[in-house]
Amino acid sequence: MHRQTAHCESGVTTNLLRNVGVDKITEPLAFGIGSGLFFIYIPLLKINNGPAFSYRTMPGMIFKRTCNSLDIPVVRKKFNSVQKAKQYLDECLQSNQPVGCQVGVYYLTYFPKEYRFHFNAHNLVVVGQEDDNYLISDPIMEGVTSLTSYELQRVRFAKGALAPRGQMYYPKIKATVTDDVMRKAIIRGINRNVRDMLRVPVPIAGINGIRYTAKKIIKWRDKLGVRKAGVYLAQLVRMQEEIGTGGGGFRFIYAAFLQQAHAYFPSDELLKVSEQFTKAGDQWRSAAVQAAGIFKGRITSQSDFNDMGDYLFAVAETEYKAFTALSKIKLK
Amino acid sequence: MKVNELPQDPSVLDKFTRDVVYVVDDSGNYTTGFSRGWEVKATALNLAWEDIEKRIAEAKQKVLDGEASPILFFMELRLMDPPILASYTGFWKWQVQRHLNPKVFRKLSDNKIRRYAEVLEVSIDDLKNLKTNAG
Repeated sequence: MHRQTAHCESGVTTNLLRNVGVDKITEPLAFGIGSGLFFIYIPLLKINNGPAFSYRTMPGMIFKRTCNSLDIPVVRKKFNSVQKAKQYLDECLQSNQPVGCQVGVYYLTYFPKEYRFHFNAHNLVVVGQEDDNYLISDPIMEGVTSLTSYELQRVRFAKGALAPRGQMYYPKIKATVTDDVMRKAIIRGINRNVRDMLRVPVPIAGINGIRYTAKKIIKWRDKLGVRKAGVYLAQLVRMQEEIGTGGGGFRFIYAAFLQQAHAYFPSDELLKVSEQFTKAGDQWRSAAVQAAGIFKGRITSQSDFNDMGDYLFAVAETEYKAFTALSKIKLK
Repeated sequence: MKVNELPQDPSVLDKFTRDVVYVVDDSGNYTTGFSRGWEVKATALNLAWEDIEKRIAEAKQKVLDGEASPILFFMELRLMDPPILASYTGFWKWQVQRHLNPKVFRKLSDNKIRRYAEVLEVSIDDLKNLKTNAG
């Protein structure tokens, strides 16, 4: 059942759903039905001593929303006891039930050391067991890998922000999804994503969050100094382009989602809006190039920070137009 | 981004995996492509690690100057902060903060030192004496 994807949670969701017979699901469809696109900047929360950004929705939501919209009941459990978590997992595997797990990456032994921070919102699927080894389908890896029971327990019980507490999940039943159900799910996913990006009532999230970040960045040079501002900008880029996932990347997945949605709703408007999201993804990448100029120390004047802000304002404008256009398409 | 624009820069992923990226083909349709890495992203990651190295060096100096307990050094070495260290050791955050004080640290029971040593993956002796060959 392993297949490599661009983003861990939409990948795990896709792999688990295909396993129960939902052949129609793809990574972009799971991402879009789960309303995966987002932006938030939380100035008060520090991750790795830098500011916290996210380019996608809250961990766990893509799986939950996608299954829910497709009328597929799910099993989801957290554990206080390491032993019980292992026991439950083993029972699932003995009855050939692959299990999605939320894990931390700091102790994830097959990851490159350079990517191993205390980040707890990674997802993988445990697909089997051989003696003390668990077979792991990690959507960012090209093939199936493995972890010993100790290694798996350690990542399932990683501590800190968003601690997984052994969280595991899987679709409860085999299911066939009709085109009608898909259509309803797509509409629901789009409407929810429009709401999250255009109408979320806090200034640090959605399109407004991108604009807010742009305004802050312009002030970073005076407030933090060039060096620290550079470290912050590097964080903005890293969160945008985590392994296989990305701010630009997420926008491209969403653009792919709208193209695939077109197979269910032959409205050519969807294709036009898809192109706008491709543009947004490209603009995020241009913004990253500008940021790199600053954190490499090549361009560090205030006007370079102003330009950096302008890049983000441009992204915000594109995404605003795209979501507004999306909200006006009549899908039936 | 088009298929032929997909960056293929050497990166730390090389021995492990490749990025899957959604890209547009010549007829405008989305497909997936593989990327070895992107120089912009690699530089950002390098900078994050330079910042970590700097924090570790500063922590070491603070410990040597008697301004902080060795816990600070090993905490930085393991990329932790007081809340993370608190949740792994089971201490409260304010306790961890106190234990970063060298005077308080010197009076800690062996049992408490052992809890730190286990989480920070260092021997009790090395923790007490700030031996850094552990990593």
